[in-house]
Formats: sequence, structure tokens, C-alpha cells
Amino acid sequence: MTTVATPVPTAVARPKPIADVRTMLRRNLLRAVRYPGLTMFMVLGPLVMLVLFVYVFGGALGAGVDPGAAPGAEARAAYLDYLTPTLLVITIVGAGQSVAISAAMDAYGGIMARFKTMAISPGSVLSGQVLGTVVQGVLALVLVLGAAFAMGYRPDADALDWLALAGILVLLAFSLAWLCVAMGLNAKSVETASNTPMILLLLPFLGSGFVPVETMPTPVQWFAQHQPFTPIIETVRGLLAGGAGLHGSVAATAVAWLLVIGVAGYVWARSLFRRERKI
Amino acid sequence: MPSSARGPAIEVAGLRKTYRSKSGDQLVLDGVDLVVPAGTVTALLGPNGAGKTTTVGVLSTLLKADAGTVRIAGHDIAREPDAVRASIGVTGQITAVDELLTGTENLRLMADLNHLGRAGRARVTELLDRFGLTDAAGKPVATYSGGMKRKLDLAMTLVGAPSVVFLDEPTTGLDPRSRRALWDEVRALVESGTTILLTTQYLEEADKLADSVAVLNGGRIVAQGTPDELKAVHDAGSLDDVFLALTEPPAATAEDDVPADEKENVR
Repeated sequence: MTTVATPVPTAVARPKPIADVRTMLRRNLLRAVRYPGLTMFMVLGPLVMLVLFVYVFGGALGAGVDPGAAPGAEARAAYLDYLTPTLLVITIVGAGQSVAISAAMDAYGGIMARFKTMAISPGSVLSGQVLGTVVQGVLALVLVLGAAFAMGYRPDADALDWLALAGILVLLAFSLAWLCVAMGLNAKSVETASNTPMILLLLPFLGSGFVPVETMPTPVQWFAQHQPFTPIIETVRGLLAGGAGLHGSVAATAVAWLLVIGVAGYVWARSLFRRERKI
Repeated sequence: MPSSARGPAIEVAGLRKTYRSKSGDQLVLDGVDLVVPAGTVTALLGPNGAGKTTTVGVLSTLLKADAGTVRIAGHDIAREPDAVRASIGVTGQITAVDELLTGTENLRLMADLNHLGRAGRARVTELLDRFGLTDAAGKPVATYSGGMKRKLDLAMTLVGAPSVVFLDEPTTGLDPRSRRALWDEVRALVESGTTILLTTQYLEEADKLADSVAVLNGGRIVAQGTPDELKAVHDAGSLDDVFLALTEPPAATAEDDVPADEKENVR
């Protein structure tokens, strides 16, 4: 029997970084669509906190963040103002947890080994994950902000503040995504991949995320003032409040922290990706 | 068909590999020499822990050798890893598919990463048909049976039409019918000029499928030849007997496989 073989397209040996990153981004977005649970989890956490902290604790806590506010509805509104910026930051931390899980899934599922044996741009494997997470994180931010609006949140930010806010949140998303990709690759299993990023979720509590730092005991206060999430949250809060009370030095500290976290996360992730896995 | 007259598809000489870790170094490959002529199937046999998977790992650019030379499809693995990667397809022991995507989407991902452009769609359709996955093509891979995942895994390996294919225990866990289907696929690939290196635990598989059998033991190739040659040399009726004659009983720990003089070098 003779069969006429149809000409088979052959692989091109030269990696094409831009095309490969686009392909990987498309893959990760498709995964997000196919498995909406992980993205919903990203939004659900902050939404539960929003409702719980504003409607249950807000009436009491509001007076602590705005001494003039009367307990009850006025205090709740004051606390909504105080809390929303924190929850935007926490939403991005949640996105980080999800990328840690998906990076670990790739590493332990064998598909990352497949990618490594292909003539593709090696950077595209993790960049696709990070970009996909940033896109999901931005969508989640819009949903959380929408919920806050529905609860009566009215920020004083003008167009320029919103632009700066978008910039800082996207930078936050990139930085945390690189750090969390590294944490996911460093995990011993898929199940434990989101454990280390969980520490990141704790930091807003040990900073100015939920109550003013000045109300804390001295050692906690010292930690709160020197950890990255305090200036990041203060910057987001300041921009949403229309720049009132936001010192340039705080914003600069926030950006500096984000750059350090992002670069360190990228370098760590890259070295873990290149590391030989015993097979 | 092979594009031109060429030398061996796989040439390995003096390959050495030690895994280094805090709990101690472990010598896995201790001077592996192997030649696989283009357009043939070679089966790599050996007991558990003999270094079969490590060999495939080095040859497929996943692991870096400590010493020795490897040429795949005429390209030196250390100097031209991307040229090697463009020539090979690898199906490892862990099924390397994206469970959340559909069969079509998995294959399209491979077509895009192989930069096939417009030709990619036809290639995906052809492979779905060839592996009997057309009906399941639109379903998420998580719903596939183990055999179907394995087929998709191999189809993904073949999207870029690699000239050299590595199959690491491709039939482990497959039922007899799926195993036979995979054997047919391997034969068809070889007929079209593809070179195949497969590892297997099943001696029957090596006997039926392979043009040449290489037995790996203690990090070295201890015998290589056609199945019949090996049986004749070792005066054995089956490859089982050859295997038992050439390999030692499983040691208590992997480290005990390492000869004493090697241990000193490693430490």
C-alpha cells in the first residue's frame, strides 16, 4: 500500500518571543474562562470582607478612622471610605495567590517540562502567567470597586488621580504576580502553593489596612510603618481621596517597594524556572 | 521520508550525570554511549532507577549533562539547544496536557508555539482524526480517560512534526487495545522517517517494536543490539532472560547501585 504523505509543516527553530508571549497569555486567559472558580475566589474574598467590615464592624470602627463620625450610618460611611482602598490592594494579593497555584500546576503537571523541550522563548512561559494574572486582577478590581460604589462609596479622585491609581495598581499586580509565581514554583506541591502568598494577605492587617497605625502598640506600629503594604495602601487611599493628605514621599516609598518586590520576584522566578527539576 | 541522507539521529558519547542535593549527590549516568540510526526505533530497557528517564531528560534538553557529548539530528545539544528542541518531540512519563483546555485547544497551543501559522489548523484537525479524538475534541481534557489523555499527549508531541521523538514509558497504564494502537502509531511514524527512542518496562514491547534494544544498568549501556542478537549472545529464549542476565536485582537504595569507587568520586 502506498500513501502519498501530505507535506507536514515543520517547526521554525528560531523562538519568537512576542508571538510566544501572546500565545501563552491567550492560554492563561482561556484557562481563567474555563475555570472561573479561581477568578471568582479572587473577587469573593474582598467582597465578603467589604460587607462584613462595613456593615458589621463599620458602625463601631468608623469612629476610629474619622473621630467626627457618629456611631451608626455615618461611621459606616467613613469606614467604607477607609476600607475600599485596602480591599483593592487585597484583591491584587488574591490574584497573586491564584497565579501561585497555576504556576505550581504547570510545574507539577508536566506541561512546563513540555514547554522547556520546545523551541520557544523560555520567558514566555512565566510572562504569560503574569500577564494573564494582571488582566484578571484588573477585572476583579473593577468588580470590587463596583460593589463599593453600590454600597455608597464616592471617591474624590479626579482624572489624574484615577490615572495614577491605575498605574500604581497595575504595578502592584505585576510585582506581586512575579513574586507569587516564584512562590508557586518554590512550593513542594500544588496544594501548598498558595500557603506562602497567604502571608501577603496578613500584611495589610499589620499595617494601615483596617485601622490607623497610631492605634497599635509600639512594636506593631514600628513593623506597620516599615512594611511595604502601609505606604502602598496609603498611596491608593490618598489618590482615591483626591490627593488630600498624600505625601510625595509616601507615594515614592510605595513605588520603590513595588519595584524592589517586582524585580526580586522576577529574578527569583526566573532562577526557579531555570533550575533543574530532578526527574 | 528523511529529507536527505544523514548520519545517526541520536549520538551519545560518555554521558555522565550526577544529581546534586543537600542530602548527598547521586550518580545516575556513568558514561552512556548510544547511537540511534535515523528512521529506526531503539528501546531503552533497564531496571527501575537505572537512569532511563534521566537519559531522556538530558537528550531532550531538560537536564544538563556533567560530561559527554550529545548530538540530536546533527545538532550539538550544548551549543545549539534550540535547534535540538526544534527537531524533537517528547512524551514524558507525566502526561503533559492542559486539563482545563479542550483537546483542540491543547493542540492549537502546540501549533501556535511551533509557529505553524495558517497550516496549524489543518495539522490540528489531521491529528485529532489520526488519534480518534475528533468526537472529544471540544471537551475539556479533564473529562478524558487516561488512554485518551495519553493519545492527546502524543498528538501534542507530534504537532511540530519532529524528526526525533522520545517516548518515556509511553504505554505504562494503558489497556492492551490502547497499547496496540500506540504501537501501530510508532510503526507508522518510523515508516514516515521519524526516529524514535522509547523507554519501556515491557520487554514484549521492545521485542515487537524496536529495531535495536539498549540495556541500561548502573548508569551504563551494558548491551545494545537487535532483540535477536541479544537473545543469541546471551543464549536466551526471550528478552526477559537477557534482561535478568544483564541487570542486577534491585538494590535497597538507589545509592547502593553506585559502585564503591564511584561513591568516593561523588563524595
